[in-house]
Amino acid sequence: MSDIPPHLRPSTPVHALAIGFLAVWLVVAAFPFVWTLWGSFKVEADFFSRSSWWNAVTGPATERQTGNAFTLAGYEGAWIEREFWRAALNTVIVTVSVTAISLVFGTLGGYALSRSTRDYAAWILVAALVFRAMPHITLVSGYLLPFFQLNIWGVLPTAIVVLVAINQPFTLWMLHSFFLSIPKDIDESAMVDGCTRFQAFRLAVIPVMWPGVITTGLFSFLLAYNDFAVTAMLLNQENQTMVPKINSFLGTVQTQGSIMYAVAATVSATAPLFILVMVFQRRIVAGLTAGAVKG
Amino acid sequence: MRHRDFFWFMAPSALAMILFIVVPIGSILVQSLFVEHERVLITVENCGPFGCIEETRVDTEATADLRAKEPLGRFNGVGTYLDRAHLAVDELGAILSDNDGPGDIARRLMNLPFYKALAFTLAYTFLVTPLCMALGFGVALAIDALPRASKGPVIFLTLLPYIATPLLGALVVFWMINTDGIIGATLQAMFDDPALSLQASPVLTWAMLIVWGIWHMAPFAFVVFYAGLQTVPSDTLESAMIDGANRWERVLYVTVPHLKPLAVFVGLILLMDNFRVFEPIIGFSAEANATSLSWSIYNDLNGQGGQLFGSAAATSVLTTIGVMILLTPVLIRTWRASGRRSV
Repeated sequence: MSDIPPHLRPSTPVHALAIGFLAVWLVVAAFPFVWTLWGSFKVEADFFSRSSWWNAVTGPATERQTGNAFTLAGYEGAWIEREFWRAALNTVIVTVSVTAISLVFGTLGGYALSRSTRDYAAWILVAALVFRAMPHITLVSGYLLPFFQLNIWGVLPTAIVVLVAINQPFTLWMLHSFFLSIPKDIDESAMVDGCTRFQAFRLAVIPVMWPGVITTGLFSFLLAYNDFAVTAMLLNQENQTMVPKINSFLGTVQTQGSIMYAVAATVSATAPLFILVMVFQRRIVAGLTAGAVKG
Repeated sequence: MRHRDFFWFMAPSALAMILFIVVPIGSILVQSLFVEHERVLITVENCGPFGCIEETRVDTEATADLRAKEPLGRFNGVGTYLDRAHLAVDELGAILSDNDGPGDIARRLMNLPFYKALAFTLAYTFLVTPLCMALGFGVALAIDALPRASKGPVIFLTLLPYIATPLLGALVVFWMINTDGIIGATLQAMFDDPALSLQASPVLTWAMLIVWGIWHMAPFAFVVFYAGLQTVPSDTLESAMIDGANRWERVLYVTVPHLKPLAVFVGLILLMDNFRVFEPIIGFSAEANATSLSWSIYNDLNGQGGQLFGSAAATSVLTTIGVMILLTPVLIRTWRASGRRSV
């Protein structure tokens, strides 16, 4: 930070130590992803080479088999032959719906919780905390049998509604602490002017709430996108989203190169996430700390 | 806010949570008291040229019929909780009454699926959480000292392990430490042991999963601590310096106390998230040596020979009790706070 007075700036040896530590951490944090991205353009014999890992860098077997040091075989196999595009489409449907519905429910609820000073509001927040701590798979084991009986197992809307519900505790907490930072005077003066509570919310609060809503939306999106327990158990084969689909690539009999389908699909599923983080990095950092820094 | 307004604003969210979180918790309570129907057996007399033999066969039709009529299965009371796959009361009694010391107890407990899963889940939760916080805090201190321009990209790279889908993050690392992967092969070459595999021994598998957990969750601790560092009052730091505190003492006596409330928050979130550890076990195919409570439930629901709803539900109930115990301090604090307010 440039505004630190000179006498508070780190001394040189400490600084060097910190840089060294950070360099090691950055390699540990990022290298697995770089390595997998690079390897996804090779054939299995190179990426999982028995003789030397250097083969994954240079790709002799890839060159022998395809005539080029880079190949799109993994991507072709996953996206076209194994119809990964269908899973990608399902993921888009699920994540967009979950994010939108979560935000509508969460905004209303979070606003109410932030404006109520009663005990039951505090207890709803604690209940939400307990719900957030529930491992998702325990809830899934509660759903399966009733869903089979009601004949709503396997379809996208079921998974969407479930993910919305699982998302609510977190969304409520985040939006609650965000709405606390919007002064009560805004909506209360609107009500003094004759608005009902809902009109005050719509006319006075909605126009200023977007920063908080966008940050919360990013996290709802991440939760839906990253989910494995719910989508793996509640969706049937055709409706699978990307993450359970990749898991099913691994489960099937290991035909030559099918592990490379999983590698290519993993890269395909991770890349959009990382681009999203790059674009919204400031918001994510602000969002993760929003609830915490204020206590 | 009026009760009525509060009710209507809260209704959609509360309804979603009641229907898909509270009701399922009730549902697992009920399901855990039932167990799958046994197959209906019929005895038929088979007469051939050498006389008649009585044969017992499975009546598939009657079995399917029974299962359709009573999908919950038959009532079993707390039987499922006490059986070998869960609390294993009989086995536990036998182990405690007749054993060759603590080592033997531990070894035999690890053969009981529930205790095996519980041991790993607890070890994972209580090792990953503090280590994550320490690493995250270290990274936050280091990044805070960087020049402004380089912070953006460095923070981006730091966040990657946390943002990545847990299952995919596990796979990416697994492919590297696989015996054919870059790290696995290098380790074999280093120790000159072609049979060396991180998956082979339970100790190495546990260590691998715990290191992965720290790698995955440390960025979360980092981000919160980093934001907290921006709010450390520089006056206090300066006066500490005038009082002769060195760098280390300033961190220890000014920064750390300032971040304490944040540390409680981070610790709580990490405990909750680590307690549900599940995806890395799938990603690393580690189930032979390490299982978790979440994984046990998944395994029961995904079973090859039909889904064991009763067994999964019983483990779910026990897991929920674990979550409640984990959250007791928070619950007590809220209880006290609400008591103060109403007085």
